Amino acid sequence: MSDALLPLGGAAFEGIVTIRETGPQGMIQLRGDLSDPGLAAAVEQASGAAMPAPLGAHVTGPRGLLWMSPDELMVLVPYADAARTVAELGRALGDRHALVADVSDARAHFTVEGAHLRDVLAKLTPADMRREALAPGTLRRTRLAQVAAGLWLRDPLTAQVFCFRSVAGYMFDLLSAAASEGSEVFHHRA
Amino acid sequence: MLILKCPYCGVMADETELSPGGEAHLTRHGPGSDDTEFEAYLFMRENPRGVHFERWRHAHGCGKWFHAARCTQTLEVFGTYSAQTTRPPQDLLDTISEKRPGWRWRDLA
Ligand SMILES: [Zn+2]
Repeated sequence: MSDALLPLGGAAFEGIVTIRETGPQGMIQLRGDLSDPGLAAAVEQASGAAMPAPLGAHVTGPRGLLWMSPDELMVLVPYADAARTVAELGRALGDRHALVADVSDARAHFTVEGAHLRDVLAKLTPADMRREALAPGTLRRTRLAQVAAGLWLRDPLTAQVFCFRSVAGYMFDLLSAAASEGSEVFHHRA
Repeated sequence: MLILKCPYCGVMADETELSPGGEAHLTRHGPGSDDTEFEAYLFMRENPRGVHFERWRHAHGCGKWFHAARCTQTLEVFGTYSAQTTRPPQDLLDTISEKRPGWRWRDLA
């Protein structure tokens, strides 16, 4: 396998928060009946994370599970493990009606780090960025300006944002502009 | 600003996270229907000032279609409900009757 290239080569921006392109991240899209205990066991085995409740993000390092919709999960694994995990999941799911697709190379990932992260993201998304609405461990699919994105908080000072790879440049420019020096809002607390 | 609660993922979704899907509970008249039915299916829409039923899709969120009942005059949202139904749930109709006595919408009241 050739080396994976990040869409922006690991771009970074330092402003009122730090924007950093991260990855490569193994990401497997799984659609199926999330209430099926056999499916839950298979994804828990693959990710090492517990099955999340609706809107949950159970992530530790490069592994985890993101609840995307009532019939969709994203399974996070180290990039190098993605292809193998897809095969294992396929076997574990047997003849269940399910879809397993490696989308690792179809996504771009960014961290937004710093005390102003809620204000920075609130400039770009209609999602409720208050602490009580988006605590660490909660996934929010929304839009950032004109493109679809998913975001969750790894910890109170670090947000993880992902979007389609084709809009990686737009997303980086967007986040950087929203984080430009002197643009503090002082509305949300970290 | 219109904010609807997606009944599938539970998110309070702002209008710009949603795609409008037009009027709710249309009956599809296709091959075998007469011209009047087909015209009604294609073109005839309610345009009320007041209680209205619509389809929306949580396009930038979980991706699911759902239904919403709201007031076009005040933007008050009466409720949202599953897409897998041809009729609003009775408790929602009761809520609307409480808030807008005497309302009518197509064959609902
Ligand atoms: Zn939703």
